[in-house]
Amino acid sequence: MADTGQSNRPLSPHLQVYRYQMNSAMSIFHRFTGVGMALTGILLVWWFLAAATSPEYFAFVDGILTSWVGLLVMLISLLGFWYHFLNGVRHLRWDAVKGLGVGESLRSGWYVLVLSVVLSALTVYLVY
Amino acid sequence: MVEFALPKNSRITVGKSWPKPAGAKNIRTFKIYRWDPDSGANPRLDTYHVDMDSCGPMVLDALIKIKNEIDPTLTFRRSCREGICGSCAMNIDGINTLACIYGLDEIKGDVKIYPLPHMPVVKDLIPDLTHFYAQHASIMPWLETKTARPEKEWRQSIEDRKKLDGLYECVMCASCSTSCPSYWWNSDRYLGPAALLHAYRWIIDSRDEATGERLDDLQDPFKLYRCHTIMNCTRTCPKGLNPAKAIAEVKKLLVERAM
Repeated sequence: MADTGQSNRPLSPHLQVYRYQMNSAMSIFHRFTGVGMALTGILLVWWFLAAATSPEYFAFVDGILTSWVGLLVMLISLLGFWYHFLNGVRHLRWDAVKGLGVGESLRSGWYVLVLSVVLSALTVYLVY
Repeated sequence: MVEFALPKNSRITVGKSWPKPAGAKNIRTFKIYRWDPDSGANPRLDTYHVDMDSCGPMVLDALIKIKNEIDPTLTFRRSCREGICGSCAMNIDGINTLACIYGLDEIKGDVKIYPLPHMPVVKDLIPDLTHFYAQHASIMPWLETKTARPEKEWRQSIEDRKKLDGLYECVMCASCSTSCPSYWWNSDRYLGPAALLHAYRWIIDSRDEATGERLDDLQDPFKLYRCHTIMNCTRTCPKGLNPAKAIAEVKKLLVERAM
């Protein structure tokens, strides 16, 4: 409870002292990757718009998105996409009240982490 | 509201380092959050040195030893010393638990003790739980019935009674709710894992006749749905209960009811 206005009572420390654990870290990363994908989505729309505008403008935008910085952003977004997708499946299972034990929820977390790297590598392999 | 940093009056300063016990060979360092409402100064982190050769095995044993032998002003709640009253819940070594059933051998290095996170501090390790208790009361933690009272007790089958296992054991220590980031940011409107586990305990009680009203009350974007299955609650519960699962069960019942 944040309301300490009634007196001079301090607020006890929270993020500052609470132990970082896999479950909470994966939870906040689910949100980060969700926001990140929305931003990447804007880049992709920009790419499509450029293609519909003129060859010169497309060449300009395509040059940015396929530069090494652009490719790095896309690679990170790809990892984020697979992570968010797989963790979303994990959340769907939880919503069906399955896999909510401490041990099994941590195990499914490892599946998500390993699979998102594997599927990202597979995607890169198939695209190039 | 999300505020990552602590307010100005809550930032922790370096406190006093108390002298080491004379002649002790097996010394362990404790860093403990202190705040004195009478001084008006910011909270501080005091350092104590405890002779482990004459100290009991639990964190609470060390706290009582410090209070008895080093610093009688150290203030904390405790009562049963066997994990059934829920009084000595605090943040130990980064997680919320009961000091009386958490072994000192489970902690590596210095023992760091803070009050339950993101709560107004009354003094030292004592948080103000008024709002937490009010939220518990708001879910009507009692049997609601409409039919005429039976001559003897309200009966329940063995199978129906079994549905309460893993729920009735909660001692309301507030470890789970104060471990939950959603509760940190939204406890003014989000009920938190403890109150929601109790809500589910009454929803699935076969004798209760207010199930619909109870679900109506929780059908709310904040009261229930601020739970994002972060699972800090389940990982930290000193009684080994699973509030995250109880909350998921309530969400499922609401979906089933709507279909």
